[in-house]
Amino acid sequence: MAAVQTGLGLYGPALGDARLMAMTSRAASLQLILLSVSFAALTYAFVVSDFSVINVYENSHSAKPMLYKVTGVWGNHEGSMLLWILILAVFGASVAGFGTNLPDSLKARVLGVQGLIGAVFTLFVVLASNPFIRLTPTPINGTDLNPLLQDPGLAFHPPFLYGGYVGLSVAFSFAAAALIEGRVDAAWARWVRPWALAAWASLTVGIALGSWWAYYELGWGGYWFWDPVENASLMPWLAATALLHSAIVVERRGALKSWTVLLAILAFSLSLLGTFLVRSGVLTSVHAFAVDPERGLFILAILIFFIGGALALYAWRAPTLKLGGLFAPVSRESALVINNLLLTASTAAVLIGTLYPLFLEGVTGEAISVGPPFFNATFIPIILPLLLLVPFGPMLAWKRADALATAQRLYAAAVAALVVGLITLFVVEGSPVFAAIGLAIATWLVVGAFVEIAERVKLGHIPFTQSMNRLKGLPRSAWGTAIAHAGVGVLVFGVVGVTAGAQERVVLMQAGENVEIGPYELTFEGVTPAPGPNYEADRGIFTVRRGGETIGQLTPEKRFYPVARMPTTEAAIRTTILDDVYVVLGDPQPGASAGETQWIVRAYHNPLQPLVWVGCIVMVLGSIVSLSDRRLRVGAPARKKAPGTLPAADGASA
Amino acid sequence: MARPRRTRTRKSYRAAFIGTAVLVLGVAVILALSALEDTVVFFYSPTDVAEKGLPIGEYARVGGLVVDGSVSKEGALTIFSVTDTQNSIQVAYGGILPDLFREGQGIVAEGEFEPTGRFEASRVLAKHDENYMPPEVADALKASGQWKDATE
Repeated sequence: MAAVQTGLGLYGPALGDARLMAMTSRAASLQLILLSVSFAALTYAFVVSDFSVINVYENSHSAKPMLYKVTGVWGNHEGSMLLWILILAVFGASVAGFGTNLPDSLKARVLGVQGLIGAVFTLFVVLASNPFIRLTPTPINGTDLNPLLQDPGLAFHPPFLYGGYVGLSVAFSFAAAALIEGRVDAAWARWVRPWALAAWASLTVGIALGSWWAYYELGWGGYWFWDPVENASLMPWLAATALLHSAIVVERRGALKSWTVLLAILAFSLSLLGTFLVRSGVLTSVHAFAVDPERGLFILAILIFFIGGALALYAWRAPTLKLGGLFAPVSRESALVINNLLLTASTAAVLIGTLYPLFLEGVTGEAISVGPPFFNATFIPIILPLLLLVPFGPMLAWKRADALATAQRLYAAAVAALVVGLITLFVVEGSPVFAAIGLAIATWLVVGAFVEIAERVKLGHIPFTQSMNRLKGLPRSAWGTAIAHAGVGVLVFGVVGVTAGAQERVVLMQAGENVEIGPYELTFEGVTPAPGPNYEADRGIFTVRRGGETIGQLTPEKRFYPVARMPTTEAAIRTTILDDVYVVLGDPQPGASAGETQWIVRAYHNPLQPLVWVGCIVMVLGSIVSLSDRRLRVGAPARKKAPGTLPAADGASA
Repeated sequence: MARPRRTRTRKSYRAAFIGTAVLVLGVAVILALSALEDTVVFFYSPTDVAEKGLPIGEYARVGGLVVDGSVSKEGALTIFSVTDTQNSIQVAYGGILPDLFREGQGIVAEGEFEPTGRFEASRVLAKHDENYMPPEVADALKASGQWKDATE
């Protein structure tokens, strides 16, 4: 194991300097192999419960289920940083392996930058967070993984999240390489897009898993708290979303080159910032874990090094990039520019809200926190116009478009939105105006996405069979766009539904009592002990009725993990596609008469909550469909095909 | 004739793009800063409250260590005191306490002060990790000279 570590320290820096073109590819593969070996070693230590390794001792226990022994590898600072660089190496090696038709000099430079990032972070792991430090004497058993992390949702959250963070490093490396080369062209954008898209999809999954975990594991009934740690992942996501869209303009029209490069740099910088915020503990977060300020300082230094370096490179080299094509104020390009501006502005708002407390404390020493009201007041007004414009974007022509004609083609979506809005306002009792507006916008997005597909195939304008033929010929990237945009709409449905309609009740209950929440009635049947492999638990039993009919049981638990000396709350959720009913069991206390026990019970009814997750899944599906488009396939971007006679290749396609 | 005109248009487009970008970002920043004024939540340590008086009617955060033996129930309400070892504040909370809430633990509560001096919390934050100390609580403890390294 020590040998592996020495290897870790030595090969990394060598790679950063290696400019020998053929060598870099091999070095990238070597880096992957060495890191895989060390990661496998750590995993093995966890699996066999080798408590002579401090990291295993602190985060594992022999009685822990196997799944969590494995995921415990990254359920701690050291292991997760190792995972971080492992993923980095995987991406580096994939660029080396798949990018066979990249120009040699560009490829070498991309891998060079990638190697530099790898080297710096490897150094960080070896110096400041070595997961292999030994412990003598060897303890008999470990102190167990934090029980909150012993959960399938969170088990897979870090790999996906890091996949997103680190995937953006590829875009960053491509940007830096392009700056060094002094050339950004359509081919460059075509190489960057699949990487950025894959990273974006992974980041989306990561954030959704984290949010889902917070929803059912923390027992607070919410899924997003505008907490600094959550914002840290949202900022790179917003920047990556902007990057995806601006790269389209570079690829198709050759415009916005230096802006796209800047975005690629910003997106990865925000990823690093996210890593720093989460790992340094400078901010008070509901999700914060014990942290070490020295490591924070180290990450901060890395952060400054890369962001500063990249921006300096940008300032120095960006003016050499040639200006691209022209476009009129109303055109697809402009729509994408507006998309970018609004996304960047919303990122800026989140950034200010997240960092301002830190700044103020540094300057005046006053401790403040910035909560949901701030983000509601800034993020929503910025993101609303963006949502309104989404259906327009893909329907506008490149270069110059007719706004009025496009608006006319969207009349179906507008009518649908209006109808949904009015129904919400007048039919659903007691719904606030913003709920009607929100649901109307959500409808607008979903129907708008389908209208776009319908327009593409000229549905209704030409015979139906011809339309169907066109449908088959439609490029997958067009489908991807429509699906992803519809996913945003579904997500908005969920967010608005929960925000407007969530109900919460906290009651003291004794066995046999009822509580009403939303359209449901819950009967508390009692509490039974329910021990698990490495915990003890009290399980509450609730019968769920709707309209007098029994439809199921909910069994929330209060668990206690003796080894970690930590209690956890397991919420019970009964979900339909349209709502969630959610119950949490609180503390017991003496009842009204002797020998009786009362329990604090918290019940929630969250309408449309499942659509939040469905929306995320649909967005990710959209990006996967896009990725499967032959023109976007990772690493195989063949030269642009000559404009053919295929319907897919005509001017209107994405 | 055509060429110089073309370059000029390109430049003017670029200027327009940068101009719009600066404008939109500027508006976002102004929006954000003005929203900050209305929405920031200040943190008070028990000593701050003792020295500066109660910030009644203001949504605020307080924090400190939960005083040993101070936790009691009043119906669905949990009553407890937080301290920075110099002074303490009584807190009432009606929700389900976080799993890691216990006596001696560093916590942060969000809510408002009652005129009686009791803090009505709408949210209580203890962290996901028992070794974690919220930075405000750590600072408050340092300020009152009671800081000891909290690592195990």
